[in-house]
This record gives sequence, structure tokens and C-alpha cells, in this order.
Amino acid sequence: MSRALLALFRRDLRLSVKVGGGAPMGVLFFLVVVTLMPFSIGPDLPLLQRIGPAVLWIAALLATLLGLDRLFQADQEDGSLDLLVTAGHPLELVALVKGLAHWTATSLPLVVAAPFMGLLLNMQADAIAAVTLTLLAGTPALTLIGMIGAALTVSLRRGGVLIAILVLPLSVPTLVFGVGAVLGAVTDPAPFLSPFLVLCALSLVAGVIGPIAAAAALRAGEG
Amino acid sequence: MANVSAPSQSTLQSLANPTRFVSLADRLLPWLAALTVALMAAGLYLGFFVAPADYQQGETVRIMFVHVPAAWVGMFVYVVMASAALGSLVWKHPLADVTARAAAPVGAVFTLICLVTGSLWGRPMWGAWWVWDARLTSMLVLLLMYLGLIALWHTIEDPIRAGRVAAILILVGVINIPIIKFSVDWWYTLHQPASVFRFDGPTIHISMLIPLLLMGAAFMSLVAVMILMSMKNEILRRRIRAISIRAAYEGRKERA
Repeated sequence: MSRALLALFRRDLRLSVKVGGGAPMGVLFFLVVVTLMPFSIGPDLPLLQRIGPAVLWIAALLATLLGLDRLFQADQEDGSLDLLVTAGHPLELVALVKGLAHWTATSLPLVVAAPFMGLLLNMQADAIAAVTLTLLAGTPALTLIGMIGAALTVSLRRGGVLIAILVLPLSVPTLVFGVGAVLGAVTDPAPFLSPFLVLCALSLVAGVIGPIAAAAALRAGEG
Repeated sequence: MANVSAPSQSTLQSLANPTRFVSLADRLLPWLAALTVALMAAGLYLGFFVAPADYQQGETVRIMFVHVPAAWVGMFVYVVMASAALGSLVWKHPLADVTARAAAPVGAVFTLICLVTGSLWGRPMWGAWWVWDARLTSMLVLLLMYLGLIALWHTIEDPIRAGRVAAILILVGVINIPIIKFSVDWWYTLHQPASVFRFDGPTIHISMLIPLLLMGAAFMSLVAVMILMSMKNEILRRRIRAISIRAAYEGRKERA
């Protein structure tokens, strides 16, 4: 079974980085959002430095949302989702593997790109390190929560906007603790470790709830 | 629904028959409506004419008698929806879908009332229409979740499938409810901490507590009336849908 799941992981990864897969778009979108920020608020370097962590987190959240509607929909359109549902593997595990592949293809590049974006926003070294670390710990939660929305809207045409409406309220805690940890690392009195650990916990909880809810939604959508 | 006429059935199962449910609701509704009017009249009279003005906030404190019950009800309706969602996913109870769907707009409206009255109260007290403190923000998130659920129901045409899909999202979103309830205790912000439902008893004076609880009961009963009426509408809407689908099907058969 683990070989089948590994094969699924490889397949999803390969599909999403190929042309039309949409994974490279995420990083590009991330870059565009970060670039637009100084245009909208002015090239005030101290201000950019202060709001930099928040800008990076928001941009990462939006970039994560961007590719979510393809997570199950592409498989649904060509019929391979039916095969995955009926293949006999626990659907929860299949959803988890698909989610992890999606995270590796779309969110991991964001984490890698984050330090360079931090330089554009005039952030200090410790802030850049903290943002990269929190994004690494927090983006799995965003992907796994978003997976629920993707599974709920899989059979709908034009489900993309609906995913954003359904998922964004649920991703508020991740955003709060992610930015909170970075601010804790930069401004001295607040701690870094406790919000960071909450962030890790959110990702772990999302790793349990996300696959279960997504599998239930996929089964509900089949019938 | 094949065994609804079996002699040994629980009340919950007998309610699965929509016709029986509608006739029960019809019998209950006048009493509930009368109860709502009585409680509302008593609560409003005590709140607006008998209860003293606050020594700090003056007369503006009276908005509390609408604001606080609306907040309770806004969260309570979500809990009702969550139990209905459990009912529709675990026991496939036919009325659970209807309950959740009928409750969502009611909950959204009361959450909005809570936000608007809070904003009107906040302006003279805090000097701002809106502050981004933990409770206000989590209440706004609750409103967004209600609106997202309503949007989901509107997008999926088949009511049975829409009900199952929405039930999953309701259960995932229920995590937010304790966050709202305890937000004032976890984060010490502008909004005042809990003063009625506390482990060491209410800290609010009895002259304000009685009208507040009366208004809470009145809002609960009002919500029950609204949800029951909305459930009746939903049942009729589904019946019309079934009839029109059958009519279309019969018409096609005749032409063929």
C-alpha cells in the first residue's frame, strides 16, 4: 500500500510541476503580490520593514489558495478521482498524500523564496529567518485546511472563489500565530517559541482533520 | 423512510416523517410565538424602564439587552447547526439537513445584529465604530462562516448532496465557537470579559441580570419560531422541487 501511495505522491508532484500544472505560478504570484505592496503603500523602508512579515504571510496565504481548486478537480475531470476512490486504499490517506504532494509542489517553493522576498522588504536577518521558519511550519496547515475546501467544491464549476470564501475564515488562527511568532522574534518582550509551537500544533491538527473531512467530502460528492 | 409507520419508533424517528413534523410544528408555533411576545415584552419593559442606568455608561448600557442576547443566539444557532450536521452525517436523519439549512440565515442575521449593535455601543464608549479586538474579530469570522455556508448551499443544486457537503464544513468550523467564547478571557483586550456565564456566578447586578436573562429567553424562543417556520418553508420547497422534477419526467415519457 505504501508503494502505491508513494507512486501517487510522485505522480501528483510530476503533474503539478509540468506545464499546465500551475505549481510554478504560485511563486510567481507570491513575487507579484510582494512587489505590488511598495507600490500601494509607498517605498517607505522603515514601514516596509515593520509590516514585512505580515505582507509575506498574506502573500503566502493567497498564493496557497491560488492552486487549490486544481487539487482534486483535475483528477475529477479526467476520471482518475473515481479510480482513487474505488482503489481500496483508505481515502483519508490518499487525500493526505495528495495534500502533501500539493504542499511540496506549491508551498515549499514559497518557503524557499521567502528570504529573497524579505530582502526586497528591507527585513532584518532575524526577521527573515523567523518568517521562513514560521512559513515552513505553518503552510502545511494552510494547504491541509484548503484541501477541505477543494474537496467540498470538487464537482462545482467555478468553485475557485467559493474555496476562498470557505477556507479563509478557517485559516485565521494560522495567520495570527504565524505573524505573532515572527513579531515575537523581532520585538524583544514577546516570546517566539510559544506561538511557534502553537503553529506547529495547528499544522498537526490540520493534518488529522483535513484528510478526514476531505475524504468525507469526496465521498459525499460522489453519491 | 420506509419504516416510519412501524409501531415501535422513537420520537426522533417519527419526526423523520416531514408531514408529521410539519403538523407538530404547526401546533407548536402559536404557543412559541405567544411565549416570544410575552418574554420580549417583559424583558424590554424591565430593561428599558425598570433597570437602572449604569453608573459609568449611563443610558447607553441599555443596548446590552439586545446586543448580548443576539451574541448568545448567534453562537447558539451554530451549535444547533453543528448537532444537525452530526445528525445528517451519522444518522442520515432527513430533517437534519433541513434544520441546518434553515438555521444558517437566522444565525447570520443575529450575528449581524450583534455586530451592528456592538458597533453602535462601541462608538460612544470606545470612541470608534470598530476595533480589531479578539471577540469582535472572531464574531466577524463567525458571520463570514455563516455567509460561506449559505453560499455553498446556493451553489450545489441537489439539496441532499448540498446538505452532506455543508455538514462537513459546519463540523470543521465548530472549532471557532470556543475561540469566540473564551476570546475575552485568553486575550485581554478592549471588550469586557464574561460577566454572566462564569464559574463563580454572574458579576452583573441582579436588576440588570433579570431583564438580560429574560431577553435571552425571548431571543431563544424567537429563534425557535424562525427556524421552525423556515424549516416548514424548506420542506415545502423540496416537495415542490420533487413534484416539478417528476412532472418534467412524466411529460418527457408522454412525448416519447
